[in-house]
Amino acid sequence: MSAHAPALTDDHAHDHGHHHKETFITKYIFSQDHKMISKQYLITGLIMGFIGIAMSLLFRMQLAWPGESFPVFEAVLGKWAPDGVMDADIYLALVTIHGTIMVFFVLTAGLSGTFSNLLIPLQIGARDMASGFLNMISYWLFFISSVVMVISLFVEAGPAAAGWTIYPPLSALPMAQPGSGMGMTLWLVSMTIFIASSLLGSLNYIVTVLNLRTKGMSMTRLPLTIWAFFVTAVIGVISFPVLLSAGLLLLMDRSFGTSFFLSDIFIQGEVLHYQGGSPVLYEHLFWFLGHPEVYIVILPAMGIVSEVMAVGARKPIFGYRAMIASILAIAFLSTIVWGHHMFISGMNPFLGSVFTFTTLLIAIPSGVKAFNWITTLWKGNLQLNAGMLFSIGMVSTFITGGLTGIILGDSTLDINVHDTYFVVAHFHLVMGISALYGLFAGVYHWFPKMFQGRMMNKNLGYVHFWITAVGSYGIFFPMHFVGMAGVPRRYYQNTAFPMFDELVDIQELMTVFALITAAAQLIFVYNFVRSIFYGKRGPQNPWNATTLEWTTPQKHIHGNWPGAIPEVHRWCYDYSKVDENGEYIIPGQDFVPQHIPLQEGEEDYEH
Amino acid sequence: MTALLTISVLVLVAIAIWQMTKIFELSQLHAKKSDRGEVATDEDNKNNGILMFAFLVFIYVLTIFSFWKYGKFILPEAASAHGDTYDTLLLWSFVVIFVTQTITQFLLHYFAYKYRGKEGKKALFYADNDRLEFIWTIIPVIVLAGLILWGLFTWTDIMDVNEEDDPLIVELYAQQYNWTARYGGEDNVLGGANVRMIDINRANVLGLDESDPNATDDVIVKELHLPVGRKVNFKMRAQDVLHSAYMPHFRAQMNCVPGMITEFSFTPTITTAEMRLKPEIIDKVARTNALRAERAAAGETENIDPWEFDFILLCNKICGRSHYNMQMKIIVETQEEYEAWIAEQQTFGQTMAMNE
Repeated sequence: MSAHAPALTDDHAHDHGHHHKETFITKYIFSQDHKMISKQYLITGLIMGFIGIAMSLLFRMQLAWPGESFPVFEAVLGKWAPDGVMDADIYLALVTIHGTIMVFFVLTAGLSGTFSNLLIPLQIGARDMASGFLNMISYWLFFISSVVMVISLFVEAGPAAAGWTIYPPLSALPMAQPGSGMGMTLWLVSMTIFIASSLLGSLNYIVTVLNLRTKGMSMTRLPLTIWAFFVTAVIGVISFPVLLSAGLLLLMDRSFGTSFFLSDIFIQGEVLHYQGGSPVLYEHLFWFLGHPEVYIVILPAMGIVSEVMAVGARKPIFGYRAMIASILAIAFLSTIVWGHHMFISGMNPFLGSVFTFTTLLIAIPSGVKAFNWITTLWKGNLQLNAGMLFSIGMVSTFITGGLTGIILGDSTLDINVHDTYFVVAHFHLVMGISALYGLFAGVYHWFPKMFQGRMMNKNLGYVHFWITAVGSYGIFFPMHFVGMAGVPRRYYQNTAFPMFDELVDIQELMTVFALITAAAQLIFVYNFVRSIFYGKRGPQNPWNATTLEWTTPQKHIHGNWPGAIPEVHRWCYDYSKVDENGEYIIPGQDFVPQHIPLQEGEEDYEH
Repeated sequence: MTALLTISVLVLVAIAIWQMTKIFELSQLHAKKSDRGEVATDEDNKNNGILMFAFLVFIYVLTIFSFWKYGKFILPEAASAHGDTYDTLLLWSFVVIFVTQTITQFLLHYFAYKYRGKEGKKALFYADNDRLEFIWTIIPVIVLAGLILWGLFTWTDIMDVNEEDDPLIVELYAQQYNWTARYGGEDNVLGGANVRMIDINRANVLGLDESDPNATDDVIVKELHLPVGRKVNFKMRAQDVLHSAYMPHFRAQMNCVPGMITEFSFTPTITTAEMRLKPEIIDKVARTNALRAERAAAGETENIDPWEFDFILLCNKICGRSHYNMQMKIIVETQEEYEAWIAEQQTFGQTMAMNE
């Protein structure tokens, strides 16, 4: 039976070549091809990222120079910045939408959506996703949710402004703040659509990885990217529906007068009828997604970094099995640590103890990953391409940001740093910057695969990396000290407390770094757009990687491989493997692609 | 100073760009010899390897600089009984963090520099080592187990709000955008209350049950006075949205949640007057007032009055447009001062009687 299988797939490939007449619309807009969908995700994600980062610059300027008038405020914010002075309500709206866009639209859809779509079929040896149609729907739902989110910026009373966690009652009562009116409704609608998109995408990734691996591609031969995308999709399927339920219940509290999250409220001179609900319940539901969400963001980045780092180091990733085990451990633990966001929410302190325990446990697999990456570099022959630099940078920021998690995860220590800038510094380094580095590493590395063999300019890539690396530390390292001084986050300005007066120096420093770092991203944008059209074409396998995606032709074809799908004979990290005589397995070449059969006397890593 | 920093940052960036253009030129030269297109050459590896090492130095320098320049900004000595334990645990956690940070960043960047690629060099095929992996699994397990246990014992102690040692009972009441405190009065028992009983016209702003005898002697104030050395049990309420009662100097924080009463307890150990005499506080006040004087000299009109140190209660959960200015002064004083102060305050019963 297996003998017939290749013949069948051959026919299949033929089908693809001849019978589909692609029009502009089916090729570029309503495409069902995973490669095109991945590019759609990436470009939508980058545009949303531009908006999100631009917002952060606005509020960073307000923090450094509180109450100052800037023409750019007036130009961008209009009525929200009378005479160029930012309004307090719009400040909260900016931090809220910045958080929402960066976490969900850039780092969930933009990162995981792009690379899961691009790499899952290519690296496991499949012609496309299990369902190209659902995949297309998934992208278009994401697109609609992005549009709704952007539209919400333009409503009369302003966009949602209750923080990206939208805790009720603030988010439930339009009289509590203007952003909780139409702006919040649109936020909820947008996120509901987003969740549908994410679920369709995730189910597709799971089914594809489980069912469509090519012959010989056992689970233990999968690149770590695929493991990461697969597990990420599983976490998404488990936790996103809970956010949906939280959102729906909140919508009902807002619109139909139910009392799921509200009770005993007196606002603007009157008592509201709500009775018996609990905001703490909302917090539980939100963080049941919210915490796994940060792993949904970081795991794909970890997968990309593992892959790019092995290719760049010309060495196998150190501890392949331990890496898989730690991905699984992180995924499991990530679903039982949500309470560490709620130590002082008023929930039972005993629960706090349990969550401290599980939270600090998660440091162990994270530590294993960091040590394994460092060991992967040891005695390597490091090819320092931009993708590789971003991978090393990711390990650095992941360590720096991750370590302060030991403080925040400890319920005792959380008491005094909870909701201060210490938290902001922590999560921006460990999941924001690290995940963005993963995204950049992926873009530089797989750009040739996305855009018909064209490559991004390396020198611009270097400039981009180094400014970003210095700038990110410049923004977020000093920020820890602001937190240790007791400055709460989400303060429009810190001038109401004389004890914070002297911190304005740090604020200015951070803002200057933020402006420079954001400017450096324009280099990336220029490089990206220019390279799409004028990038130098490299060889078919520019980084000398072993994985299957580089065996496909540079020109995109529907079905990925013109002939039969290659069969896999070895794991994906045979870099610099030598025989007993110390010679490379394939003379003159320091890597052995996965589809090359084992040579005589050679042992597979898997045994 | 900030200007200097800004300039030095710009200079560093300029140097980076200049170096990059040099790399660019060099790689162009190289490109003539062997065309590697957009793939890193030995020259690229060398330059970026060296920059990796420079980056390690940058991280260390930034750390040292931040401590030297900003270290004095962190919160002063804790002014509560459990605060010392908190600070000790924090210190040890930081020791663990800094040791790990220094070592791992060194290894990462040093390897990136040391093993930068060269044409013809052979990397070591090194896929696995169970022993190594066991070691770096077990060490964090032990260290974290220690921290977890220590943390959990402290946590259980801090969060155990009980009636032992005759604590002072104080309610903290949060609303957009101010705080109110309520004392139990002579009987030290808070009268029953609910937002449904708020009667603005009769100045019953906290919704106290007027028929509850315990409420009659309650004292409602806008400034929190605490006697030093006596345990205080706080009961928190919020009337509209979530707030968080954050008292950083006492290492204390608890959310205020509409529909439920949350609790926190601590014993203040240092009076406001004593705190003002601590050298670190004197320095901080001097620095702050110098800034304020500068501002006044520059002709500004806001935030120019000299400041005197006070403990403070801040709102630390986003609650709306004036969240950034939701505060209440806390005054820790001797038992006698406290008694004199509370005796001057009007009780709830008196306020109601005046309304009749």
